[in-house]
Amino acid sequence: MPTSDSKPDTPRHAAFVRVTHWLTFVCFAALLVTGAEIVISHPRFYWGETGNVNTRPLFILHIPSSREIVPTGYGYVMPDQNGWSRYLHFETAWALVFTGLVYGVAGLWTGHFRRNLVPERGNRSWRAYLERIALYVRRKPPNPGEAVSYNVLQRTTYVVVIFVLFPLVILTGLALSPSFNSAIPAVVDLLGGRQSARTLHFFVSCILLLFLVVHVTMIAFAGFRSRMRAMITGRAAYREERT
Amino acid sequence: MKPISRRRLIATGLAATAGVAGLAAADRLALRFGLIPPDHGGLYGAGETLTYAAQRLLTSHSLAREFPRTMISKAPFANEIAHPGEEFRRHQAAGFVDWRLAVDGMVAHPLSLSLADLRRLPCRSQITEVVCEEGWSYIAEWIGTPLSGVLREAGILPQARYIVYYSIEHPWWESIDMADALHPQTFLALGMNDGDLPVPFGGPLRLRVPRQLGYKSVKFLVRLTATDSLKRFGKGLGSASPEAGYAWYAGI
Repeated sequence: MPTSDSKPDTPRHAAFVRVTHWLTFVCFAALLVTGAEIVISHPRFYWGETGNVNTRPLFILHIPSSREIVPTGYGYVMPDQNGWSRYLHFETAWALVFTGLVYGVAGLWTGHFRRNLVPERGNRSWRAYLERIALYVRRKPPNPGEAVSYNVLQRTTYVVVIFVLFPLVILTGLALSPSFNSAIPAVVDLLGGRQSARTLHFFVSCILLLFLVVHVTMIAFAGFRSRMRAMITGRAAYREERT
Repeated sequence: MKPISRRRLIATGLAATAGVAGLAAADRLALRFGLIPPDHGGLYGAGETLTYAAQRLLTSHSLAREFPRTMISKAPFANEIAHPGEEFRRHQAAGFVDWRLAVDGMVAHPLSLSLADLRRLPCRSQITEVVCEEGWSYIAEWIGTPLSGVLREAGILPQARYIVYYSIEHPWWESIDMADALHPQTFLALGMNDGDLPVPFGGPLRLRVPRQLGYKSVKFLVRLTATDSLKRFGKGLGSASPEAGYAWYAGI
């Protein structure tokens, strides 16, 4: 067995990590699809408090729109999917928040964050990052220990995704709610206004999508089947690792 | 698989019982305090109920942001409207002199108010943002009178829990709960940016509900009905929006 402190029957991922991981995946997929549908109804982005088709945009997505009022240059209007998309967007946002709460409490309780996600004491240096990047660049196989523990780049990425990007996407989303803004106007004001919040919500979602693509790509490189098994059953199949 | 121990079984059973009892109690409390939206059924009902209940518990009395005069949009955008019907065009040709707002349902004195009657009520203005569900927005100054004053004048009965309101253009109707209906910023708008309310923006009369998305701010308002239940209106989902697939509560 690879390291002394991991017993053979210790799962690679704790049950709460596996359950919340897949719940998050389902919620994120639904939020992504419905979010894209909502964007299609107005694929223009602005900065500041207000913005509409009479306002100069910050940028435009050159895609067809589901509304006639948006000048897209395309000769047709996409079907309107906003009704169910909005219902599902907010419902899965709730599910994501509850999943995040369970994960956050369990992660603190079990020491998961401290043990598995925060970079180890000896690795909190630029050198540690550069050394791990050099391994990627030289396409060196991962250390055997990386089958049971994350390296410093993985840890940093997960910490940023979990503790920066997800809270930020929730906060920028809340700043689009007129009722939330009436209760806590400081959030939307700090983000630079309603349209800035909408644009930031879009940007953070794009970064999360980029994370998803890289995440799945890296898993494919590391051994898709074994990594999937580890995240579904909890058991890591060490012998199948391409080390 | 490990065999389930008796202790574990009892603990799980107790937790499940407590969970079911808790849900039942939450359901009764939610009904009592009006935390269940009319479109609570179906696949998306859980999310809608959570949103509406959370907002009603946390934001019943909060005020929508108001803006300085310098932030009024230079080029506000009046969303496209269907070609006005014959009845509306007749009113428009006559300069809206016969336009009336009916107030009926659970009120002590049903009213029929002309625009001149509404102008005699206390005049207020607010500079608030219109926010469309599509994502765009603009800021304008709205001039008119709070809805709560009209409801008080009609002697709204304490049983009333919702105000249903109708546009002259069918089938465009909406409803709001009393927290929004009596909210000081819920507004019968007769003017916009120091002039009469232009027709594309809902003139001669529009209900502004600034703590909800634009589609709750119904244009060409002709009727308000106070009711204790939304079941008898349309398909019972609360307004035309859920019948078209959009959420009834648009405060998000």
